[in-house]
Amino acid sequence: MKKAALIATLITTVITLTACKEETEAKAGIDPKVYTDSLFAVMKADRSNYTKLIIQRLGPNGAGAIKPDEHWEDIENGALLPAQMFRAGAEAVATMTDDFTYSLQSLWPINKQNAPKTPAEEAGLKYIAENPGENYYGEETLGDVTYYTAVYPDVAVSPACTGCHNDHKDSPKTDFKIGEVMGGVVIRVPL
Amino acid sequence: MKKWLWFGWIVVSLGLAGYYGYSFFQSENKQNLLIGDASYGHYQIELACSACHTEAFGGQESIQKACVGCHAEELEAAHDSHPKKKFTDPRNADLLAVLDARYCVSCHTEHQQEQTHPMGLTLPKDYCFHCHQDIGEDRESHKNLAFDSCASAGCHNYHDNRALYEDFLLENHQGAWVNALARITSPNAAAKLAPERIPAAQPDFPQQVAQHPDIHSEWSASSHAEAGVSCGGCHSDATTQAWVEKPGIEQCQTCHLNEANSYKAGKHGMRLAQSLSAISPVESHLPFKEQALSQHQGCNSCHGAHKTDTQFAAAQACLGCHNDQHSLAFETSPHGKLLSQAIAGVFPVEQAVTCATCHMPREEKTLMGHKVIQVNHNQNDNLRPNEKMIRPVCMQCHNLSFAIDALADPALIDNNFNGKPSQHIPSIDWARRREAK
Repeated sequence: MKKAALIATLITTVITLTACKEETEAKAGIDPKVYTDSLFAVMKADRSNYTKLIIQRLGPNGAGAIKPDEHWEDIENGALLPAQMFRAGAEAVATMTDDFTYSLQSLWPINKQNAPKTPAEEAGLKYIAENPGENYYGEETLGDVTYYTAVYPDVAVSPACTGCHNDHKDSPKTDFKIGEVMGGVVIRVPL
Repeated sequence: MKKWLWFGWIVVSLGLAGYYGYSFFQSENKQNLLIGDASYGHYQIELACSACHTEAFGGQESIQKACVGCHAEELEAAHDSHPKKKFTDPRNADLLAVLDARYCVSCHTEHQQEQTHPMGLTLPKDYCFHCHQDIGEDRESHKNLAFDSCASAGCHNYHDNRALYEDFLLENHQGAWVNALARITSPNAAAKLAPERIPAAQPDFPQQVAQHPDIHSEWSASSHAEAGVSCGGCHSDATTQAWVEKPGIEQCQTCHLNEANSYKAGKHGMRLAQSLSAISPVESHLPFKEQALSQHQGCNSCHGAHKTDTQFAAAQACLGCHNDQHSLAFETSPHGKLLSQAIAGVFPVEQAVTCATCHMPREEKTLMGHKVIQVNHNQNDNLRPNEKMIRPVCMQCHNLSFAIDALADPALIDNNFNGKPSQHIPSIDWARRREAK
């Protein structure tokens, strides 16, 4: 009888500990901030590299082999503008996973569809514009899903960025300078 | 009495279950399962239920997969302005709650033929408004425009704006309404690909050749003879090599695969793509000539069996069946007169304008490593909305402004462009005014 009670106690203990361990592991998943910061690092690196190593090097300011243009599909040797390349990446990712989404937005967008729409986007874009070098982190509920929403500054890295935005007829701001925040990358992770 | 009622109920129920069960699982004719006639774009294949309903319980996603399965390529070629991927970001959740633009069926409902739009599909009137209602704030010219006027002919399209976007309007605002006649490049896909596609060994059928000297003589002058395609090249089964009395698209597509594929993507051939019998004009909603009503569509309907006369196929073949105002007005139209002059030798036939010039345009492609000119045999590809024709077709000879105005004038389309457009679409003027500011 004693032996049976001992075995039962041992089994219960093992099951409880295993369950606790699983719970602890589940809770110890990656911090959303670390997750979105890491995603942004990759995005920023790719975006800067495309701008500098492809557009600047092979475009009209370099070898002149490609023609970066808003309507790149319509011209021979047309290449996507850096912002379009970024959006193309975001759209491609959206076809592969629902685990996160990202978009490029601005308080001064050329295309009005890229202006902030949600309160978190509005607050985030304002925060990164007023606090250079800082990021914005928050939570919001869209539809019936709650998201961890992070907004990172998108800074003008080359004359191609400022020139295009300052000269575009649909741009609401025409005095961007290199190093200034032109918009923000909004990354969302469903919680 | 009660027992008899129960017995009757069971018999009727079993009878109904058997009838619908047989229709669903066994019968080829599933007409009685239709919940309503399909749109003009799909009625040809409405009895091939599984073409769209790929899974019994797949829901909206499986229907979407079916839409994309047939239409993805053309949407990509059209640089689709509103692909699904633009709407999947959660920031659009509020918009999707009103109009779920991720799914084709949100706008294009099927089996509701009574709601069918003139373009051949169902279409709500306010689909632009929900997302772009504030456009008047950015565009002075767009203030006070009617909420359902965005996609009026000549302005915007939901999917294909290749000839309508602002910078294109600005780049192409100049030029006379008609330029010199374009010399349309002759198709060469079949000839260039022939060495790789024509079967090395073609069976001989000396008995049949001897029986039909007239046919043999017609064939001798054809491009098939020139390319080395003998009687056995078409009149044989690819597996058994046995004689085939009336070759069909299976034989034609051995060499003309891309032409056959585009043919099967259009209304002429879409039933063949679903393994249904070839379509016949009697089944169509369009007006057709009495003698053509019971004919079945196939490659030979236009190309003839042995002459392979592409000049006949480009206009006379169409006019042999189609009996609508636009077709009937062709021969006396400016385009039709050009064709008559070309046939009379006044100028090269490559400069003639035929039905196929507009409805089956020639396209440059790279196939099997060769750059080729190929005829798109899907005559519906650029038909609706008709602004799809502007760049590849109209602008070969006309300027953009004329093309936009002409395609927005239903009466001018009916009389096959015999005259000038009765109205002017101001989109180019608006774009230039904004640019000047």
